[in-house]
Amino acid sequence: MSASSSIVTMKKVVQQLRLEAGLNRVKVSQAAADLQQFCLQNAQQDPLLTGMSSSNNPFRPKAVCSFL
Amino acid sequence: MGEMEQLRKEAESLKDQITAARKAVQDTTLQEAAAGITVVGRVQLKTRKTLRGHLAKIYAMHWAVDANLCVSASQDGKLIVWDTITTNKVNAIPLKSSWVMTCAYAPSGNLVACGGLDNMCSIYNLKGKDGNVKVMRELAAHTGYLSCCRFLSDSEIITSSGDCTCVLWDIETGTQKTVFAGHQGDCMSLAVSPDFKFFISGACDFTAKLWDIREGVCRQTFGGHESDINAIGFFPNGNAVITGSDDATCKLYDLRADQELITYQDSSIMCGVTSLAPSLSGRLILAGYDDFNVNIWDSLKSERVGVLAGHDNRVSCIGVSADGMACCTGSWDSFLKIWN
Repeated sequence: MSASSSIVTMKKVVQQLRLEAGLNRVKVSQAAADLQQFCLQNAQQDPLLTGMSSSNNPFRPKAVCSFL
Repeated sequence: MGEMEQLRKEAESLKDQITAARKAVQDTTLQEAAAGITVVGRVQLKTRKTLRGHLAKIYAMHWAVDANLCVSASQDGKLIVWDTITTNKVNAIPLKSSWVMTCAYAPSGNLVACGGLDNMCSIYNLKGKDGNVKVMRELAAHTGYLSCCRFLSDSEIITSSGDCTCVLWDIETGTQKTVFAGHQGDCMSLAVSPDFKFFISGACDFTAKLWDIREGVCRQTFGGHESDINAIGFFPNGNAVITGSDDATCKLYDLRADQELITYQDSSIMCGVTSLAPSLSGRLILAGYDDFNVNIWDSLKSERVGVLAGHDNRVSCIGVSADGMACCTGSWDSFLKIWN
């Protein structure tokens, strides 16, 4: 790579870092609390978490009764 | 001081600033914050369906948004669209190139896409007039393999490539709208935010990047992994990112705090993570590993709460259905399994 293109690349790296450095950050306590709240609020609507009865499970064949 | 030296110093100073700014908001840890909640009870999922039909390793799968359909890609050179309830093959699409590494289902259900060592992303119309599934567009411009692709709509798709870039394409014209450059290694995986405004990419430079789709810029970069990131996904509320790496760990990074909050690891796990998917509430993270298993993690407590063992080879892909009712795993053993 030529010296001038290295400088162009480096300028882009610096520009990107400036952008990322300027971010407004939220406190971890707030972020963690929000993640927990989301999980807990949606827990009942999460079938893999709560499980489901076989009658509510579309992937399980429903028990069929037949007259013999 | 030469210009190059000056720029290097500025870069180091900015990196230190970012580290300091992250530390400044680190008033606690997720472990501490979640100390009061109990670990999820043991999660025992059973195989409900086995989808048989591929003749070689499965590399990717993706659920449709509506209905219980999913698409899978195998190096037998086929894309198969499955009805996961009946296990019927709705479509079996022969590919020009069998070296496929990724596939995607459009949110509308009208299109599927795939790509791999051909460096292209091929778009197929499932709802063509005469009933035949044909190639609608071949998106070619990447100079490296296609590792992942995700539709934003029927007219736009984002791809990640071994050429270290991600690209936003206009499907209609077959042209690149935006090139997202910045990763210093092969891009391995991408995921779109729930509001479709951002996407995240994981790469072989051990970092994950958050990209603003419309502005075309990288907003945040997350490090910490000690090897390639193979898998990436959004936490369901869109505020956090989960990554899976060859370093045998998964990590959760919060976007608003701009830092890693927790690592999912166990000393007994020594093989790479290939794939991951969160459950609907985000409380569970299902991750596929090279040792043929899927480990289920309690995302808040960082404890392993379940294992899905059933494949006879590496689990290469995993996905949770849109309604959260089931998880699908795809493996190098050529089978897909549906679990709940």
